[in-house]
Amino acid sequence: MKKAAARLYTFLMFLFLYAPILVLIVFSFNDTETASRTVWSGFSLKWYQKLFEDRLILEALRNTLIIAVAAAAASTVLGTMAAIGINSMKRLPKRVMMNITNFPMVNPEIVTGVSMMLLFVFAVGLFGGRSLGMASITAAHITFCLPYVILQVLPKLRQMDESLFEAAQDLGCPPAKAFFKVVLPEIMPGVVTGMIMAFTLSIDDFVISYFTSGTTQTLPIYIYSMTRKRVSPEINALSTVLFAAVMALLIVVNVRTAKARGQAKEERR
Amino acid sequence: MKKLSLFLTLALFFVLAAPAAYAQDAPDRGVTLNVYNWGEYIANGTDGSMDVNAEFTRRTGIRVNYTTFDSNESLYSKLAGGGADYDVIFPSEYMVSRLINEGRLAELDFANIPNFQYVDPQFRDPNYDPGNRYSVPYTWGVVGIFYNTDYIEEVTSWQSLWDSQYAGKILMFDNPRDSFAIAQFMLGQDVNTTDPADWRAAADLLKGQKPLVQAYVMDQIFDKMENGEAWIAPYYAGDAAILVDNSDNIAFAVPEEGTNFFVDCACIPITASHKREAEEYINFLCDPEISGANMDYVGYSTPETAAREYLSPEVVESPLHYPSEETLSRTQAFVNLPEDAAKLVDQLWAEVKMGGPGESAVLAAIILGFLAVYVAIIAYKRRKRRRELR
Repeated sequence: MKKAAARLYTFLMFLFLYAPILVLIVFSFNDTETASRTVWSGFSLKWYQKLFEDRLILEALRNTLIIAVAAAAASTVLGTMAAIGINSMKRLPKRVMMNITNFPMVNPEIVTGVSMMLLFVFAVGLFGGRSLGMASITAAHITFCLPYVILQVLPKLRQMDESLFEAAQDLGCPPAKAFFKVVLPEIMPGVVTGMIMAFTLSIDDFVISYFTSGTTQTLPIYIYSMTRKRVSPEINALSTVLFAAVMALLIVVNVRTAKARGQAKEERR
Repeated sequence: MKKLSLFLTLALFFVLAAPAAYAQDAPDRGVTLNVYNWGEYIANGTDGSMDVNAEFTRRTGIRVNYTTFDSNESLYSKLAGGGADYDVIFPSEYMVSRLINEGRLAELDFANIPNFQYVDPQFRDPNYDPGNRYSVPYTWGVVGIFYNTDYIEEVTSWQSLWDSQYAGKILMFDNPRDSFAIAQFMLGQDVNTTDPADWRAAADLLKGQKPLVQAYVMDQIFDKMENGEAWIAPYYAGDAAILVDNSDNIAFAVPEEGTNFFVDCACIPITASHKREAEEYINFLCDPEISGANMDYVGYSTPETAAREYLSPEVVESPLHYPSEETLSRTQAFVNLPEDAAKLVDQLWAEVKMGGPGESAVLAAIILGFLAVYVAIIAYKRRKRRRELR
């Protein structure tokens, strides 16, 4: 009895979580003349076809991907360096530092967005620029992705045996080389997971992008502007594609972590 | 992992290469215009329509960075916030007058916009831009009533939205100006009145309607009307034309008391860096052929009679898209309200939707209730801890 109730509870939980997305996906295949969102009238891929004919959507997608790749790459490098620094700190400064880096994660996005916009507008004015754009969005995305990378890399560093790095140097390896040959391979799983997380976060960010975008348009901003008229199933199709892409990346991340855990267990044996 | 990153790089490359695909006839002039328009408000090449921006680039060699917004207010905040360098924007009539009043628009040089000659006289020198120095009309339309002919025989008056027979099947606009305008037409007021008594009278009328209204919505009217959940709703003719075209039981009428007439315009912000090219863009949009192609896609009405020949005859003859002169003579356009009137309207609208200021007392009570529970929990925990310590 108790088990059945627990199962029902879990089922309801997942239903509430995934039913809206499921409905969205189903209606992206709806073959309708009136772009209806509630009346099902047959299967069709026409909204997907329309989606890929729309140059504006593709341009927005291109911007989004460029920003996401740049932000993921930069925040991974910066975040990994920061994590190494934080890891070798003493207890108190480490705690202070962690709190400072974690703050952007709990800070409301709108506050981050508005404050960054004000800062960028000021900076752009200072250097005689005309407008915010790609550069300011990328800078903003790097900023909010950083803590996630740091949080992924730090545990890996903690797991690593510090004497490995020292041993490499004892055997005549210069510090930089020792880092790339010994430390980096050890923490690689964390680095890659952090990078993928940064990538997905950057792809679906709306609030911060909205404020720092200037005249550049990313996909989420474009989708939002489409809602002013009736929301066409094209958006369903687009959301389905985005959902599938992010889902795929998350599965990759999870499989990787599971594998890493499995390996760690075997090594312990 | 390598495979994935290879795939990503390939995908990125593919997407990067895509926009360069269209042909370019005129030599590249090295200028990119930043255009900020409503979402889905230009023909973009899907469904066999003309890709207007690509065509502009092909003819003039000026590239277009085309971006979109969802409301006049987001457009305003982008302009006012700074950090965005737009060359062409498309505010609605009341936002045009606000931007003019605040000195945010550049005066147009009509020598660079010869195609302005095609704009019909009735759209020139409008009340929102006296002297017609800052704006060129892009689209226009009227507000009318959509109703389900299965349940409602005929609609001739806004009064039908107050008909208790249709209680619970009536929809209203979810924005103050459009909703108030309906009440104001019923009362025979000027929609741009600054007399607080007029606004209060209109608000009282709307408050009386509230019990009959199913919901205050914007684009949900499509779904609700289509599946019969609602029977009667006011909406913008151009947007809702698709409803009438695709269902046998939905009809459209412009009420006899008159209605709101709206215009979306092309303007150039004072901060634009490429004013000359922006004027070229506006001129291009005024080309009757281009205007026709745009309206064919967007579904709104063109302010140029010459452009109508590029549209299908059914559309041109439909009173939904091109109401008669007689109907148009009973329409009024919004102008931006002075600050205190605007504040009053927002406040009255809140009262209409929430059912009066009494609601704020309820809200306060709820918040106090939450606080009380919160404090009680903390006090309980403390007592418990103290007991445990003993």
